[in-house]
Amino acid sequence: MANSTLSRKSLVLLLGLVVLLALPPVALALDEAFFISLFSRILIYALAAVSLDLILGYAGMASLGHGAFLGVGAYVVGILAFHVSEDLAIPFLPGAWTGTTSAVIAWSAAIVMSALVALAIGALSLRTSGVYFIMITLAFAQMLYFFFVSLVTYGGDDGVNLEQRNSFPLLDLGDDTRFYYVCLAVLLGFIYLCQRLVNSRFGMVMRGCKQNETRMRALGFETYKYKLACFVIAGAGAGLAGALAANQSEFVSPGLMHWTRSGEVMVMVILGGMGTLFGPVFGAIALLLMEEILAAYTQHWMIILGPILILVVLFARRGIYGFLAGDGGRDG
Amino acid sequence: MDRSSPPVLRVSNLCKSFGALRASDGIDLDVRTGEIHALIGPNGAGKTTAINQLSGELSPDQGEILFNGQNVTALPVQKRAQLGLARSYQITSIFPAFTAVENVAMAVQSKQGQNFRFWAKARADRARIDPAMTVLRRMGLENVAGAIAGELAHGQQRQLELAMALATQPKMLLLDEPMAGMGPEDSRRMTEILLPLKDHLSILLVEHDMDVVFALADRITVLVLGKAIATGTPQAIRNSPAVQAAYLGELR
Repeated sequence: MANSTLSRKSLVLLLGLVVLLALPPVALALDEAFFISLFSRILIYALAAVSLDLILGYAGMASLGHGAFLGVGAYVVGILAFHVSEDLAIPFLPGAWTGTTSAVIAWSAAIVMSALVALAIGALSLRTSGVYFIMITLAFAQMLYFFFVSLVTYGGDDGVNLEQRNSFPLLDLGDDTRFYYVCLAVLLGFIYLCQRLVNSRFGMVMRGCKQNETRMRALGFETYKYKLACFVIAGAGAGLAGALAANQSEFVSPGLMHWTRSGEVMVMVILGGMGTLFGPVFGAIALLLMEEILAAYTQHWMIILGPILILVVLFARRGIYGFLAGDGGRDG
Repeated sequence: MDRSSPPVLRVSNLCKSFGALRASDGIDLDVRTGEIHALIGPNGAGKTTAINQLSGELSPDQGEILFNGQNVTALPVQKRAQLGLARSYQITSIFPAFTAVENVAMAVQSKQGQNFRFWAKARADRARIDPAMTVLRRMGLENVAGAIAGELAHGQQRQLELAMALATQPKMLLLDEPMAGMGPEDSRRMTEILLPLKDHLSILLVEHDMDVVFALADRITVLVLGKAIATGTPQAIRNSPAVQAAYLGELR
């Protein structure tokens, strides 16, 4: 807990933070600018993984459709930018709005839209549980995937290219280093938000639902309501990650919504440590780095990743973070 | 116990079938305010099925359940709990990863509401913890308040579950074999805890241990093959030829 000496957990976190803060200047000094964009991508996926862990690790809802919210967030940014570059009014909206490249507006819109989609998907999916919940969230995500594949206006299968990244007043996101630090700040902000959330009264209800939903109902909790609220918050977080992902690659495609993407995010959570807020960050770093390194040797890199994942699930159930941080990493 | 007041729970013609098995076959049952009413019967008589319908976990095929005069037959578990109908389970049902005091604090929180507070730290919130500690002390569990609930001894877990039910400040308790799997010492303790409770609330008790039933119950209803074959004082039940033939005789 709050010792005057550094606990193992604080040490691991502090070290991680220093590495992430120092990465861009070090990468530039080594003339390996590529690492900055790789780690921007990692931070963005970490954000998505943390949001998934809210529902998976804290509330016990195994959703295999989290990519849907990632995709919705990305498409909001992509579509708004598309209309700016084509000078075309957005259909179904009043006032002949031709979109925006403002980060504040586009990212907020991404959060709101993905929250609304999560509300709709969650309201239906949460009437089921267990394996049915996994399948129905998967089905909804695949429906969205095929919807965007067939949406020819926005490139269908090929997706939409962004002419440039969104802009903040006084802050040019086109610069990779600045964009990296924005991603890091967003991730840390989101983790802080979640930290407050999972330790609040609402968070205790989430944890109760994970451990024993029958008991929660018998105590008088309307579990459906709380689980839905949690699902929407997680969807909004993933939507923000999607908005960042669109900016990072300056490209949006339905691939973000494909179920394999949802699976990848789930693997990050499990690999890093479910039910902890920092675990998914470690998971995202591990998975994407492994992918990057192994893919240089063979395109069948999943053959190596698969057994590693099985070993983690079998022998290190608290994931990489639980392994590194010791008992302090526990947060159930 | 007040004989003149209306019953806190009135069950009429409760029917529930699973395929050809009639688990509840037209059960009529009244639980009076401030009484401990025991529901006994041989294995497979349909006691747990009956309790599950009263708590709302199963919905009956037929019949009506009135709680404090309100028809709750169609209400789900959580709504009935909010009205003051709390329960314990035959198989211990707690939050195993929480500490004992957190388990009870969840019950306190349920009663208090404010579950959409997203920011303030719940574990430091005295409004949650203090009432939970009070209930734990009443149960003699204050020494294990900080222990992980899943690691407590079986008897303590049973007491913890009762503490959770009590912390919701219910008007009535449905207890499904609260002494299940307990040794004689824990069982005696539990009896001592339950007996004074009827000053504040009514209890419907399913229990196999006849010593416990006769020590606690004001009235007893005997369930055999889904039918309530007799209701009466412990003395009347002990002397009823029908009950002896159907049930008590088996034990001797």
